Amino acid sequence: MGVKLLDAWVSPFGQRVRIALAEKGVEYEYVEENLAEKSRLLLESNPVHKKIPVLIHDGNPVCESLIIVEYIDDVWDKKPHLLPAHPYLRAQPRFWADFVDKKIYECGTRLWKLKGEEQAEAKKEMIEILKLLAAELGDKTYFGGDAFGFVDVALVPFTSWFYSYERCAGFSVEAECPEIVAWAKRCMERESVKKTLYDPEKVYEFVCFLKKRYGVE
Amino acid sequence: MAGSGDKVTLLAEWPSPYVHRAQIALELKGVSYEYLEQEVWVNKSELLLKYNPVHKKVPVLIHKGRPICESTIILQYIDEVWAGIGPSILPSDPYERAVARFWASYVDEKWFPSSTKIMKAKTEEEKAEAVEQSLTGLNLLEEAYEKSSKGKPFFGGDNVGYLDIVFGSALCWEKTIEKISGIKLIDETKFPLLAAWAQRFSAITIVKELTPETNKLVEFWKELQAIRNANTSGN
Repeated sequence: MGVKLLDAWVSPFGQRVRIALAEKGVEYEYVEENLAEKSRLLLESNPVHKKIPVLIHDGNPVCESLIIVEYIDDVWDKKPHLLPAHPYLRAQPRFWADFVDKKIYECGTRLWKLKGEEQAEAKKEMIEILKLLAAELGDKTYFGGDAFGFVDVALVPFTSWFYSYERCAGFSVEAECPEIVAWAKRCMERESVKKTLYDPEKVYEFVCFLKKRYGVE
Repeated sequence: MAGSGDKVTLLAEWPSPYVHRAQIALELKGVSYEYLEQEVWVNKSELLLKYNPVHKKVPVLIHKGRPICESTIILQYIDEVWAGIGPSILPSDPYERAVARFWASYVDEKWFPSSTKIMKAKTEEEKAEAVEQSLTGLNLLEEAYEKSSKGKPFFGGDNVGYLDIVFGSALCWEKTIEKISGIKLIDETKFPLLAAWAQRFSAITIVKELTPETNKLVEFWKELQAIRNANTSGN
């Protein structure tokens, strides 16, 4: 039965799963979903949220990207371990990955969807979020320390959206948080990340398409 | 016996179901801890700002001087640190773990917010919509209970598990919602399995001991709404 991933190319949530699978060297079948016309398999595998990504392992569906990443780390219990063994060292990455989940996508969406004061507010928040993350990273190579780990996987897909946020809201991530940009470059040296992330220009094209669709100018 | 280096402290607030989760888990594992009530709504207490600067919320578990924040992360931490003691809180099978986490996330992100919206609704229409969303959620959770429990008393099987604690901690608020809005959510005619599970969970000694009285929660809710309204209508 094997491993199947229901996904959509541009989704940063799907990319987390692709990166985790690549890090573990797991072979899988990738299924690109048309989100405007969701497949029966998707609707049956994730009837609650009807969203991608869904990992189907030996016929069993696992939903929600960070839950899927932990599942992958549990099942393919070999190096590289995305979460360390020590309980406190597991709690911290879970906290920061949860922080990324709660903050980045929602704030990023407001950055391209809104204008004027609301957009300015979103920009201010995004810069604060990135600065907090930069402080957490400190002078480590990765959020996981020397090893690429759970928080790196959770955050890195959003780095290809930085260009879109910058274009839409008029700021520079590098100017505000050079440490995060440097960290993103280090992550891009990894095969799993390099092969998964799309060119920021391509993501921006997609954001422009979304803006047209939502009537944002 | 834990030495002072192993001290466990819980920054808490009595009405919070998220705090109750941590307490239930600590009690299940037989871990002694210091309970410290925090000021959360008007002037957040210094300890809270020190140990949870990012979210400034309770619960915060402080163990060996280090803080752990977010109730579900705290549950997993407790389960992992005191792994040898008592039954596991999380299932041992990775797939069952993923399923438990999925439903816990559903309770936290969908069911509980739509249920508390019932009390916050300003119009009958808003209230009806919130009720419908909450009941849809309960349908899903009733099915999830049947699948997870496999005929046993709890989502976790024979013993209280992760999803029992996450969902069960919200039950005192389900009663509060009923008192305030007149809507009985976990109705035994609609959700017989959940209603029976809820009774079993609520009857557990440690749960009974730390569940606040509904009347007190109603009072708390009214005070909280007054604070919120003052903040929005003020400056």
